[in-house]
Amino acid sequence: MSTDTKEHDARLERAFANQARKRWRRIKDLLARNAIGFGGVAVILAIVLIFFYLLLIVFPLFQPAKLESGRTFTAPAGTPLLLAMEEQREVGMLATAGGEVEFFRIRDGSPIARIAVELPATPTGFGAGEDRTGIFGYGLANGQAIVVRHRYQVTFPNDKRLISPVLEYPLGEEPVEVDPQSDALRLLTLQVAEDTAAIAAITDDGRLVLANLEKQESLLGGGGWNLSSRELLPPQGDIAFLLMDKDQRELYAVTRDGHINYYDISNPADPKRVETVRALPEGSEISALHFLTGGISLLVGGTDGSIAQWFPVRDDNNEYSLKRVRGFDPLPGAVQAFAPEYNRKGFLAADDQGNLGIYHSTAGRTVLVRKVANSGISQLGVAPRADAYLALSADGLRFQRIHNEHPEISWSSLWGKVWYESHAEPEYLWQSSSADNDFEPKFSLTPLTFGTLKAAFFAMLFAVPLAIMGAIYTAYFMAPPMRQVVKPVIEIMEALPTVILGFLAGLWLAPFAEVYLPGVVMLLLALPLGVLVAAWLWRFLPGSLRRHIPDGWQAALLIPVLCLIGWGAIALSQPVELWFFGGDIRKWLTAEMGISYDQRNALVVGLAMGFAVIPTIFSIAEDAIFGVPSHLTQGSLALGATPWQTLARVVILTASPGIFSAVMIGLGRAVGETMIVLMATGNTPVMDFSIFQGMRTLSANIAVEMPESEVASTHYRILFLAGLVLFMATFVFNTLAEVVRQRLRVKYSSL
Amino acid sequence: MSSIGKWFRDGEPLIWLNAAAVSASIIMVVGLLGLIAVRGLAHFWPAPLIQANYSENGSEPVRIVGEITASETVPRQRLIDAGVRLNTDTPLVERHLIKIGNRDAYGFDFRWVIDEGLSQRAEPAELMKVERREWGNLYGYLREVRESGTRVANGAEAWKEFQDRIARASDLFSRIRAIEKDDIGAINYAIEKLRLQQRGLEIDGKDTRQNLAELDQQRKVLDAEYAVLRDQLATLNTQINRDSFTAEIMDGREIEVPLAKVVRAIRPNTMSRSQKLRHYFVKVWEFVADDPREANTEGGIFPAIFGTVMMVIVMSIFVTPFGVVAAVYLREYARQGMLTRIIRIAVNNLAGVPSIVYGVFGLGFFVYFLGGNLDRLFYPEALPAPTFGSPGILWSSLTLALLTLPVVIVATEEGLSRIPKSIREGSLALGATKIETLWRTVLPMASPAMMTGLILAIARAAGEVAPLMLVGVVKLAPSLPLDGNAPFLHLERKFMHLGFHIYDVGFQSPNVEAARPLVYATALLLVLVIVFLNLAAIAIRNRLREKYRALEGS
Repeated sequence: MSTDTKEHDARLERAFANQARKRWRRIKDLLARNAIGFGGVAVILAIVLIFFYLLLIVFPLFQPAKLESGRTFTAPAGTPLLLAMEEQREVGMLATAGGEVEFFRIRDGSPIARIAVELPATPTGFGAGEDRTGIFGYGLANGQAIVVRHRYQVTFPNDKRLISPVLEYPLGEEPVEVDPQSDALRLLTLQVAEDTAAIAAITDDGRLVLANLEKQESLLGGGGWNLSSRELLPPQGDIAFLLMDKDQRELYAVTRDGHINYYDISNPADPKRVETVRALPEGSEISALHFLTGGISLLVGGTDGSIAQWFPVRDDNNEYSLKRVRGFDPLPGAVQAFAPEYNRKGFLAADDQGNLGIYHSTAGRTVLVRKVANSGISQLGVAPRADAYLALSADGLRFQRIHNEHPEISWSSLWGKVWYESHAEPEYLWQSSSADNDFEPKFSLTPLTFGTLKAAFFAMLFAVPLAIMGAIYTAYFMAPPMRQVVKPVIEIMEALPTVILGFLAGLWLAPFAEVYLPGVVMLLLALPLGVLVAAWLWRFLPGSLRRHIPDGWQAALLIPVLCLIGWGAIALSQPVELWFFGGDIRKWLTAEMGISYDQRNALVVGLAMGFAVIPTIFSIAEDAIFGVPSHLTQGSLALGATPWQTLARVVILTASPGIFSAVMIGLGRAVGETMIVLMATGNTPVMDFSIFQGMRTLSANIAVEMPESEVASTHYRILFLAGLVLFMATFVFNTLAEVVRQRLRVKYSSL
Repeated sequence: MSSIGKWFRDGEPLIWLNAAAVSASIIMVVGLLGLIAVRGLAHFWPAPLIQANYSENGSEPVRIVGEITASETVPRQRLIDAGVRLNTDTPLVERHLIKIGNRDAYGFDFRWVIDEGLSQRAEPAELMKVERREWGNLYGYLREVRESGTRVANGAEAWKEFQDRIARASDLFSRIRAIEKDDIGAINYAIEKLRLQQRGLEIDGKDTRQNLAELDQQRKVLDAEYAVLRDQLATLNTQINRDSFTAEIMDGREIEVPLAKVVRAIRPNTMSRSQKLRHYFVKVWEFVADDPREANTEGGIFPAIFGTVMMVIVMSIFVTPFGVVAAVYLREYARQGMLTRIIRIAVNNLAGVPSIVYGVFGLGFFVYFLGGNLDRLFYPEALPAPTFGSPGILWSSLTLALLTLPVVIVATEEGLSRIPKSIREGSLALGATKIETLWRTVLPMASPAMMTGLILAIARAAGEVAPLMLVGVVKLAPSLPLDGNAPFLHLERKFMHLGFHIYDVGFQSPNVEAARPLVYATALLLVLVIVFLNLAAIAIRNRLREKYRALEGS
């Protein structure tokens, strides 16, 4: 009895344990299923993430600009002449005709300080320097001028930021004697640099006078300014605007009816009037004129709302002339004010109907046009970081924040020809960075894309014939024992790191091809011919010898032949160079053919990258040809076709989709390859299809510039865009290839 | 003539042309490997040193001393166009690139000479080559060995004395370096950690007087240790600077060099073959096991090897489980249909996406986004200096893991698909759950396939450079990512990499000519590793195929 119960208990326990184990196993199975499912989906999502992350970074480039809701407050009294703002957007400044400078809080318009400029005589004219410097000045009734600068001191009392405005006299508190004849200065323009300054003015009687100042260091410290002033050739017409660039090299005197008098004052002792051009068609007048930042381009605004950019262009004879470079979408009313951004080539414009427009010059783009006031805007100021503006109208002062991160991007600035400042004509250029703020970045992806395609083209030119012919032979004619050697060799070829190919191309092949250029060219031509001759001769060998080598070993036989041809071509290189090219083929190319020769050129890239692409194309094409069902070939042979006819008419035709996909995948690899082009080209973004010139590709450009680009800047996002372009291009090539291959597989299995 | 026509019609010549394409590919691969091997291996062999009188364009002959590193024949016209003045009229001119060394004395250490201008060429026995820690090699004749500026040996017995004293200086040098790198490095690391601790306390508002005093206490201990080491260093430095030697160089000047700057000195012209062989292996060992010198153009590449291996290991840790899980999911769990087909196409596609795109992604997502947020959360005390928010070995490994993920997935999937259905069905029929079937039978059988995938992934990662340039390699890393300072593994550090080393030394180095042999040697090492890995993968795969063929047959 007791043993019975014990047994029973034990069995029951076992059953329970079994049950528990079963449940545990089922839970484990379920857990594993979920975990693996989760893991698998996560990995696949991670892959998708790459695409979306690239897109996420690129996206802001194409976002339109936005204005935050603004506020309007009453403007300080007085006739306004200049409106400006400091970097933190806390303090605004308004200079008035009476020589009073008003500083106010932008938060509510409440005044901070009202500083009167010390004027020895009545002010009659006014002018401002480059906005970034904060320089402006008053022309006086006695022919003198006084120059001031608004500046902001930042202190942190009690850990809170305090910005206090200051008014300085950079040329000293003594007025500058601009007009020796002491006539009143009606119009004024001025620039102050480190140790030179210049003031130009139109006097009441219509003369144009120029005063140059040079800093004099005295041994006792301090030091004064050395003044020399002269009268310039009088401008044509009734001058309404006078502007001098920040380097004190050019001076523009402009009439209201659209005549621009262009003076070259780069040599202060010998100022010249270069030309007078008409900037506007008959019937409209210039209503606003301003420099773009950097002082090269003039912005011309008309009463008809038109906005145009002009700058001096140098022609072939080294002569400058003023050219209209581009126009922008017009504003509805007459343009009244411009405000160029401090660090970019963008600008703001306002008209007499209260419309505000934001533009970018390089991109030729209208970023935004919005009605912001009910009456005409007379003064416009932009924050130094271009993230806010101040506009003065009859409504009062309006302040509004701007979100405009990437105005320099447009379809034309990325892909089109752009007329950049100081260039003779519109061009495709990539030049992303430079040391100073006035630089106009050149973000044309065209030369890079061109370089990418050029490199890929030459690589494919070399690789496609070799790889496909090799694949045909290996799959169809080659003896199986040799195949077992060849396939791993090709796999090793595929595995060779591109950095090694690139380094050999740059450090060995490039100098080699330069020294033996005739030999390399001869080699490429002599190889096919030499092979044909060798094959022809082979027929005349005694049959006993030929029979020793079974079919399918031609490739092995040809190795010594090819080596011999190669050696011969290189050995003949220098004699040929002596006989035909006068001993220096590079000189001959330049002098006779007009072709310049870079050591690291497309020929070297084509050979090296071709080498990298051959195995990719080879393996896939070989797979496709080898996979052609054997009953097709056997049928063809049985009908009396020769092996070559069978190959050409049956095998290749059947396998052609596979060969196509092989070429596509090869192309994808050639387009994205980085290290080889980085090392085997000079990386200069030129647009020249010559085989003896270098190039810069999208991928190499990323590798060169990415580490230095500032996070979230336009440059950074454009590099991401280049990455995205590469990603999409290869994705298209590969998907196409993959779909074709899958179809082919289905076809083979149905045959 | 008709026989030629028939020959062409039969397609015979085209078959030969096709064959030639294969031959050309094979010649290129073998030739490339041969070129790298020859150039890479020859570098360590002590070349004979020559002395000759050289006159260019009929000028007064000058003495030239050095080793010939390259010779070539060029058309005379080219040299004239390049601005070289010649007084011969042979159409082809032979010229040599001679490494004359002594960069400190001449300003440059290579020189092209025209063969015809050389006369009285000789290989004098006393000519020596001194490898230095600065300014490259010195070539010349030993004159005196000095101790504290006074002569201790000259003439015939100087060489022996010279060698003995070099050995002593080298010994001192390694002791100095051990102190500087290991001991002082550890102290600096600890002091930096204390600084971060203090900053962390300040951020948390726990910078009480007691806590700060504690930190100060620790700092004082470290400072005291540092003072001891500094004294030791000072004595060692005076000891190492005791000796010097003078040598006559090719323009007849006599220059004095402290022995502290000397790595080794040899007289290759008097060395026997076995001595040369020994020297060869010493140099090879130095190459593999030593740190680089002179802006990477001399010395070894140990940090690059270490960095590559470490990066690959970390990458394997990431890529293997994820790749296998994804493959198992795709093959064993997901319902086969349109979706899995699309996924497979996408995975295959990813294998074709340019590696630089992965680099761009890695930099943006891993470094700036993930790293930046990690810093803000866990390392606020170090800010604004980034910890994980700048390129480093962890991000490099992750980027390459993503890059090689398709390789592992494809290989594993292929392995899984080759396992006969009968095996799974048998296991399930015996009552095993799905995971048990997978875990006990399928995965073990597929493990060689995973191995193949992993090996291929490693081979690809070891040779990939472009993405790494964005996410973590540097030309010279001050410290290895693995060292004796807790927590020992520093995944946030930047590292050196063989592939990048080739690029950097070959193309960014100030003295490319001097670095060239080293680049070839580095390339050879990298190629050997990759060829070996690939051959291993091929062998495993072939064995595997045989095995399954047997399985399917039964």
